[in-house]
Amino acid sequence: MSGAHLAVHGIGKSFRGLRAVSDVAFDVPSGAIHALIGPNGAGKTTCFNMIAGVFAPDSGDIRLDERSIAGLRPDQICAAGIGRTFQIVKPFMGLTVEENVTIGALARTPHVPEARAQARQLLHDLGLGDRRTALAASLTLPDRKRLEVARALATQPRLLLLDEVMAGLRPTETDQMVAFLKALNARTGVTILLIEHVMRAVMALSQHIIVLHHGEKIAEGTPEEVTRDPAVLEVYLGQE
Amino acid sequence: MNAWRRLTDGVGSGPMRALGVLAALLLAAPFLLRILPAGDYWLSILILVLYFSYVGQAWNIMMGFAGQLSLGHALYLGLGGYTAAALYFNLGIGPWLGVFAAIAVAMLAGGLVGYLGFRFSLAGVYFALLTIAFAEFTRILFDHFKWVGGSGGLFLKIEPEGSALNLQGGPLLFYYVILALAAVAFVLCRWLLTSRLGYYWLAIREDPEAAQAAGINVLRYKMLAVVVSAGLTSVGGVWAAFYSKNLYPESAFAVGRSIEVILAPIIGGLGTLFGPIVGSALLVGLGDLFTALAEKLANDYGIKIAGLKQIGYGLALLLIVMFRRDGVWPWLSRRLGLHRRAEDRS
Repeated sequence: MSGAHLAVHGIGKSFRGLRAVSDVAFDVPSGAIHALIGPNGAGKTTCFNMIAGVFAPDSGDIRLDERSIAGLRPDQICAAGIGRTFQIVKPFMGLTVEENVTIGALARTPHVPEARAQARQLLHDLGLGDRRTALAASLTLPDRKRLEVARALATQPRLLLLDEVMAGLRPTETDQMVAFLKALNARTGVTILLIEHVMRAVMALSQHIIVLHHGEKIAEGTPEEVTRDPAVLEVYLGQE
Repeated sequence: MNAWRRLTDGVGSGPMRALGVLAALLLAAPFLLRILPAGDYWLSILILVLYFSYVGQAWNIMMGFAGQLSLGHALYLGLGGYTAAALYFNLGIGPWLGVFAAIAVAMLAGGLVGYLGFRFSLAGVYFALLTIAFAEFTRILFDHFKWVGGSGGLFLKIEPEGSALNLQGGPLLFYYVILALAAVAFVLCRWLLTSRLGYYWLAIREDPEAAQAAGINVLRYKMLAVVVSAGLTSVGGVWAAFYSKNLYPESAFAVGRSIEVILAPIIGGLGTLFGPIVGSALLVGLGDLFTALAEKLANDYGIKIAGLKQIGYGLALLLIVMFRRDGVWPWLSRRLGLHRRAEDRS
């Protein structure tokens, strides 16, 4: 399994006349880890939702390995090879941890025992092995975030969209998650696009950062370039 | 053998033995009950328990598994009963064949209700209202449907010499048929819950958005839930039509009949396999208890309280729902030490 190449071509989206995202374009090469950052309301999650098929872009195109996926349903996007987590986590509360991840794995195999075995392995890798028979509703927030990642990974994505999976984690937990994602990327070559506010994680993980503000891309580049960019500094720190 | 292992995976030997004993008791029940005074009466009670656990199981697939509330299951009961009864009455086609027509008609109706509801993203109570509406206007349609007797109803002749081949016979025949149906529905539901389909239904029930992100075609699997549930329910309708031998649109498609279907699984425990069975036993038992109590008060003490049965029954339901929010079975299974996981669906 290897990563997929994501190309976003000038996508835009309005909600009742309010432009949430306009003409945003970026590229995530196969196997890369890119981050999408920006202040609240910058349009990061809207971008994610368009890539993940929650809504179709009003304009522009989204391509996964040169195939247009704009306007497909979320389940079709998942089948195409994109796995996602939700900013506000959405575990299947009334089901066990293992059942949650098994459901993700069933996207690639119709055999329940096989899906369960895959789920156990993933839970073990993410440090949730001893919680697998617990109800998802009984998990703490950090564990729920890990469960989200496990369920998304179980669908065997070639592109992983992570929406603030570090938010609310303690520094040591953040480091664990960063190490896990780095190892995963190195082992499987999965492409990762993450939205993140925790700069410690962004800097440690991503080779390339895209900055959104008011629904527009204002900068992109390596972490060093972006942190020196006057436009980015203005957005984050205000004008001098 | 593989299938057997799959069905019994994770079930301890104790519960398996208990199930075996229960099955043996139910098989022998008509003969055991003969020892009791009024054995025929107790058999008729047992028949009701099995009937409500069967249709409760069928409804539970939609609500308990897939999380889609139907308050119009009388539609499928009525369509099933009318289809098989009308085919027999008008064309002489026996119910063992007619039941397949009944299943097909009910599945089509379920598919239509499901498609209209889910395609246009009606959820929760709005979807439930749609299911009621369909049952209601089918009732009105059947009032004017002369081929099935219109509002005057459809009556099946009592054929004393009739054979089981036409589902004609005494309580014993109907007992074993409904016992077989209840057993098949129980095993089928267990099978479904251990399949990909079952996992997908639970995912949709818990969170449709997350389910879709995990690759589940939510519309397709919701449709499957309605169609499977409608088909199973219609078989119960066929059984009921031949058991009671009369059908009126007023009662066949009644809202009250839809409510009867949903009470047992709710009281017993939504989404559980034993919920509909335990709930049904409890409800039929309580109904009978209050009837007997009202009779005793009236006959022995001359106290006549109008509606005592209904009030008592209603209060009992209220108390159960208040104190056993998740239903009686999840609590009971914990009490019996049956649950081996944090949550028990078996």
